[in-house]
Amino acid sequence: MKDIGCQYGILSGSRENSLYNALWVAQALLRKGSSRTARTTILLFTNEDDPFGSIKGAAKADMTRTTLQRAKDAQDLGISIELLPLGRPDQEFNVSLFYAQLIGLEDDDAAQFMPSAGQKLEDMKDQLRKQMFAKRIVRRITLLIANGLSIELNTYALIRPTTPGAIMWLDSVTNRPLKTERSFICADTGALMHEPTKLSQSYKNENIIFSVEELSEIKRVSTGHLRLLGFKPLSCLKDYHNLRPSTFVFPSDKEVVGSTRIFIALHRSMLRLNRFAVAYCGSSFHPRLVALVAQDEIINAGGQVEPPGMYMIYLPYTDDVRLIEEFHSESNVRVPRATDDHIKKAADLIKRTYLKDFSVCQFANPALQRHYAMLQALALEEEEIPDTIDETLPDEEGMARLGVVKAIEEFKLSVYGDKYDEESNSVGNGKANEASKKRKAAAENAANESANYDWADLADNGQLKDLTVAELKLYLTAHNLPVSGKKEALISRILTHMGK
Amino acid sequence: MARNREGLVLLLDVGPSMHRVLPEVQKICSMLIQKKLIYRKFDEVGIVIFGAEDTDNELTIEVGGYEHVVVLRNIKVVDGDIVEALQELPRGTVAGDYLDAVVVGMDMLIKKYQLTNKGKKRICLITDAQNPIKDPYKGTKDDQVSTIAVQMAAHGVRMETIIVRGRLGEDIDQRIVDENDHLLHLFSEKTSAKTVYVESPTSLLGALRTRDISPVTIFRGDLEISPKLKIKVWVYKKTSEEKFPTLKKYSDKAPPTDKYATHEVKVDYEYKSVEDPSKVIPPNQRIKGYRYGPQVVPISSVEWDAFKFKPEKSVKLLGFTNASNILRHYYMKDVNIFIAEPGNARAAIAVSALARAMKELNKVAIVRCVWRQGQGSVVLGVLTPNLSEKDKTPDSFCFNVLPFAEDVREFQFPSFSNFPASWQPSEQQQQAADNLVMMLDLAPPGKEEALLPEFTPNPILERFYHHLELKSKQPDAAVPPLDRTLKKITEPDPQLFSESKSVVEAFCKSFEVKENPKLKKSTRRLLQEKPSGSDDEGGYGDTSNALAIKSDESQLLAKADKIGDLTPVQDFEAMMSRRDNPDWVAKAIKDMENKICNMVENCKGGDNYCKALECLVALRKGCILEQLLPMAGTKTIQRFPSPSFQTLPGEKAWQFLGISCIKRAHIDFHIRSHRQ
Repeated sequence: MKDIGCQYGILSGSRENSLYNALWVAQALLRKGSSRTARTTILLFTNEDDPFGSIKGAAKADMTRTTLQRAKDAQDLGISIELLPLGRPDQEFNVSLFYAQLIGLEDDDAAQFMPSAGQKLEDMKDQLRKQMFAKRIVRRITLLIANGLSIELNTYALIRPTTPGAIMWLDSVTNRPLKTERSFICADTGALMHEPTKLSQSYKNENIIFSVEELSEIKRVSTGHLRLLGFKPLSCLKDYHNLRPSTFVFPSDKEVVGSTRIFIALHRSMLRLNRFAVAYCGSSFHPRLVALVAQDEIINAGGQVEPPGMYMIYLPYTDDVRLIEEFHSESNVRVPRATDDHIKKAADLIKRTYLKDFSVCQFANPALQRHYAMLQALALEEEEIPDTIDETLPDEEGMARLGVVKAIEEFKLSVYGDKYDEESNSVGNGKANEASKKRKAAAENAANESANYDWADLADNGQLKDLTVAELKLYLTAHNLPVSGKKEALISRILTHMGK
Repeated sequence: MARNREGLVLLLDVGPSMHRVLPEVQKICSMLIQKKLIYRKFDEVGIVIFGAEDTDNELTIEVGGYEHVVVLRNIKVVDGDIVEALQELPRGTVAGDYLDAVVVGMDMLIKKYQLTNKGKKRICLITDAQNPIKDPYKGTKDDQVSTIAVQMAAHGVRMETIIVRGRLGEDIDQRIVDENDHLLHLFSEKTSAKTVYVESPTSLLGALRTRDISPVTIFRGDLEISPKLKIKVWVYKKTSEEKFPTLKKYSDKAPPTDKYATHEVKVDYEYKSVEDPSKVIPPNQRIKGYRYGPQVVPISSVEWDAFKFKPEKSVKLLGFTNASNILRHYYMKDVNIFIAEPGNARAAIAVSALARAMKELNKVAIVRCVWRQGQGSVVLGVLTPNLSEKDKTPDSFCFNVLPFAEDVREFQFPSFSNFPASWQPSEQQQQAADNLVMMLDLAPPGKEEALLPEFTPNPILERFYHHLELKSKQPDAAVPPLDRTLKKITEPDPQLFSESKSVVEAFCKSFEVKENPKLKKSTRRLLQEKPSGSDDEGGYGDTSNALAIKSDESQLLAKADKIGDLTPVQDFEAMMSRRDNPDWVAKAIKDMENKICNMVENCKGGDNYCKALECLVALRKGCILEQLLPMAGTKTIQRFPSPSFQTLPGEKAWQFLGISCIKRAHIDFHIRSHRQ
């Protein structure tokens, strides 16, 4: 997106068609940009809904025609034109007079255009700092169903964690960019070598050598497609059957005609029968067993909330799932379970603290927002870094409401009796407590022991190196410093601490 | 010496009823040892087999009895010998008594470790539990099991039992099976024993956890329902992907005579200015630059630390919401589990009460987590109830990370209802799809759920470790083909598909797919990778073959470097059109000629003949395009042994090529003169 820094005004009565000129200049500017891959958009801000209203007769028709042609040419060149109408106090902006044609609106769309355009303007003002992504197909895959019947699918990444963006290393003196060069050095001979094509795994006290080709062959256990294995009821897909963000799958008829029809049929059946498909996704990058869960389209007043299609959920294997629940059940004692009364009180609590219209997209990532705000402040050399709001904090006010407090108290009473305060005071128990006690005792011991040495004197005379590591650690423990590292590191840490 | 080493005794049933699954038992046990060899080198393992022909154990010498139990390997530190022993388990001849084996195994563990409580002790029993155990000298079998179980608990021995269930319809004595189930269940009641049942060989491979990781908490502290109510919880990882092992870079520069060569490769990084590559900048003189529009803003880590987002360590509840508000695909990462602080009964009750109430009301909890002090971000997630069915395991919550507003990309997709009518399935097609979804059932009622993630091994890792073992014996061993049992994970189960053959066929018949004719060949892709080491024979190999032919045209053209069996014509065209080296054309023509000759000579019926002709036409066309000898391809025709073709005599081949008799004579002459 580029800002066009020229100003034009339409003077009624003049023969000059400034809108035409504006489009022409904007297009020329955008065409100058070298990158063919960039997205180009002209944002047209105007409060005049009928630019040629004051002109009559053939001149008007002619101007309208040439201007529209100009706009069409621009659009043909891949430049999209977005209209941001600014309402005037006395009259409403009427798109259908001229601009509907210019930006290519159909009759029905024109009616809906105004409210959505207003929204757009509003959005621009306090927009979330958010990285924009163009809708892009991640991969095209084929789903093999059976007997050689296969359909074509496109995959999209609809949910992916956003990171603060790639960094670039700079020289701190000159602020010029750096490049990283990697070199491989043979540890035995010291010779410089190319990127090794052999890798080794130590096994039975030997180095077993694999070539890169062998490894990629090991990983290629299936064709690079999605292979349907069967279907299961949705209840078989447990909450802990998840490893990474899901991938959205949508059919395409571009290469294999008939794909969409099969996909729709399967999609409907899976939704109706409450089943998901199990498939093996044999891509060379990340081969895994996946679940294909059908998602019906969800539309609300604002538009499409959930697109129709299937989500590919990556399933764990046996060694990826850990049996934590069983890890602690060593004794043959039954674990305490909640009684019906406890459950009833908990249910009351849940009803009280119910978030009515929660949606996953309602919270911005506070760390990321902070990052962007900081970056902007530092880049523009602003004095202050603007505060960002952490929306993820619980609603303290709501929690302090009388009904909620009462429900919490009742639940507390039913589970903890009147012993809640006692328990919360004893900081942990069992193992953790013992460990912390031990640590405390060791620190006390070290403090006592370390008092036996004249540390300042030892340091001044350079005699610290004559002490043992254990002795040095006494000082460090007594002063609550880290005790890691080699002897030299310990000594230098002591010296730094003493300020020498 | 590792402090946390484990002593493990494998008790393996090798009786006649176990013979059909013994290959899998061998595989999973050797996998277990192999992983120990890499990740837990100090663990100690012993092997006991029962149901064997002979008897060889200490107890039989000391007190008598315990027949048909053989101590194959005494408890010792894992080594290659154990792996080998496991790969050639003897096949037994008598029905084994698993209780005898348990006693022998216990005896070995106790003798070896005495009462020292160093490390962990574990017994792993793999049996089909189809044979009765002997009656004890006094008391009942129940008493006997109880006595052993008490001993086990006293010595802190854990037991893990894998019971291989026979296929339905086999004649097994249900009474004995029930009795054994009951007895083995007694173990799990009295001690920390676990029993799993498996039906298929594939799930047997996944039944034993081959990698033993002691779990570590990622958070210990309060789950804050409100400032007034805090529940003490511990958080662990519930799932975590086991990655392909990271291999070291290997250098073969050292002379082979050097015995002490490390063969290691050091990787060095140097930072150089882009403008002046001769200038090397030390690592600590670098500074991170962040993009802000077209410019890059240098920001030191000190500045970041001063201003960055620093939340307090806490886990806070935001509220509860309907389970239907959180769609399954929002889950972002691997899963954590919240359990009440061990030993804290009140916390356990509180977690249990909340979990059960949430389940009842179909609600989930939204929480905001900062696991550690100093963590630079918060995590928003959903707690879902994870109710336990067993008395001994506590109720818990599963925690899944939810996306933030920035993480969701709102792309618009067309509604299915907006698609043209030709894309909508008809009623009959919908019915076929319904049937398919119903019939290809991986979790039929009353049977084991196939491909249950908890019982499905990772085929790639299995293959890697298998290859590793082969290579340790023979350094140039080729990559082994994927095991038949593991193929059930990567390919459809032939049995399931043949059981519902009619439904599958009906589905395939009611839909039609064809390649888009409007697309140019060169724009087509759909890369067809062949799995390595696949043995495309029999039932299911055929479908993949058929498919390969179907989508053959879409083969990645640029990559063809030899003429394969499946799509010779396309391969040939691809090779001819390669422009990176003029030799390709010559090679393509030569290969094609050979291929055609092969086809003709090895052909039994007429089916290869057509294919050969197609190839021939392609060859000729290619030659003409390249303006090579006009007789190219005709040399090959000479080799068509016309008598062997009933369907198409050699003469037809000539016609097929559109070469007239006159020209043919000319060519014949040409060839003859050429030969002379």
